[in-house]
Amino acid sequence: MRPTSKFDLFWSFSLLALQGFGGVQAIVQRELIEKKQWLTKEAFMEDWAVAQVLPGPNVVNLSLMIGDRHFGTAGALAAMAGMLCFPSVIVLALVAIFSGLADLPQVQGALRGMGAVAAGLITAAALKLIPALRKNPMGLAACALLALLTLACVVLLHLALVWVLLLTGLPAYGWAYWQLRQRAAKSE
Amino acid sequence: MMAIEWGPLFAHFLSLSLMAIGGAITTVPDMHRYLVEQQHWLTQSQFTSSIAIAQAAPGPNVTFVALLGWNLGINAAASGQIAWLWGLLGALTTMVGFLLPSTVLTFLAARWCQKNRERLGVRAFKTGLAPVVVALLVATGWILASTPSAASAPWHPWLLSAAAMLLVWRTRLHLLWILTAGALLGWFGWV
Repeated sequence: MRPTSKFDLFWSFSLLALQGFGGVQAIVQRELIEKKQWLTKEAFMEDWAVAQVLPGPNVVNLSLMIGDRHFGTAGALAAMAGMLCFPSVIVLALVAIFSGLADLPQVQGALRGMGAVAAGLITAAALKLIPALRKNPMGLAACALLALLTLACVVLLHLALVWVLLLTGLPAYGWAYWQLRQRAAKSE
Repeated sequence: MMAIEWGPLFAHFLSLSLMAIGGAITTVPDMHRYLVEQQHWLTQSQFTSSIAIAQAAPGPNVTFVALLGWNLGINAAASGQIAWLWGLLGALTTMVGFLLPSTVLTFLAARWCQKNRERLGVRAFKTGLAPVVVALLVATGWILASTPSAASAPWHPWLLSAAAMLLVWRTRLHLLWILTAGALLGWFGWV
């Protein structure tokens, strides 16, 4: 499956963004892999790796990449506009109209409740990607070790992402490079 | 009314753009340092409520950058001027500044990766980072779940996060229902 037009890109990413209360990260996977089926789990993970390593908001980077792949520069702009236009207008309208409302204890409670749910949604999104790691050429044991190491860097050591990428991303890259070269040599 | 230097403001957001590795939220400490502590262009409460509102509203969290710009514009408007026009000018300044460099870089880099996707270096990058990406998503969930609770029972938010996780993982229930349930539980003070 693929987007049918630039308008389809704009509209699909608008709808996707507008469902993303507490961030779009939690919903992007379900929409793109399960509903739209524009990407497989494996392809999503590859794109997400690029979107995450490059600077800028991850979901905006991802929309840009998918738009560009199907409809070139105009597609990239259409997808990115979809991701940003309506949410920006809504958030500005909210502040212009209800600026004092955020201080109410009930509203703060609701924000907290939605934050807790969003945390669960993002974790579930990650769990759903694990089966795709089985096909990873590095092997399941290496994948598990790298994932645990990354988790420890962020959750226990509170390292900034740049350092996490240097500490776990670089060895991961080296190991993957070596494994892929071994495979290529064997198949020749 | 407050004098805001728009040129330096735009330049600062341009430079922050390329530092936003891992998402817009990673640059929050530096924005706070510049806008609140150094220049005093925003108040502390304007800054924190911008982030809270953008996180709760639908859409990518980067909209908090537009809200910061909006507040800057409102603070800069002289009495008698149309404040919301200044707000829009502020929102455009910060948003365009913050997104332009990273967008151009991603666009060029992603094209290069796509064109060279058979290269060993590119394949190793994507293969190697797959488990790191999964772990970073789990870590994001963990960090969001560790936000301190105001409720009497501090385990309530954790239980809510865990329940949401199981529902999304194991059922096809629409995410909006789960978010609504979370909002209601929070509204009535359970979380």
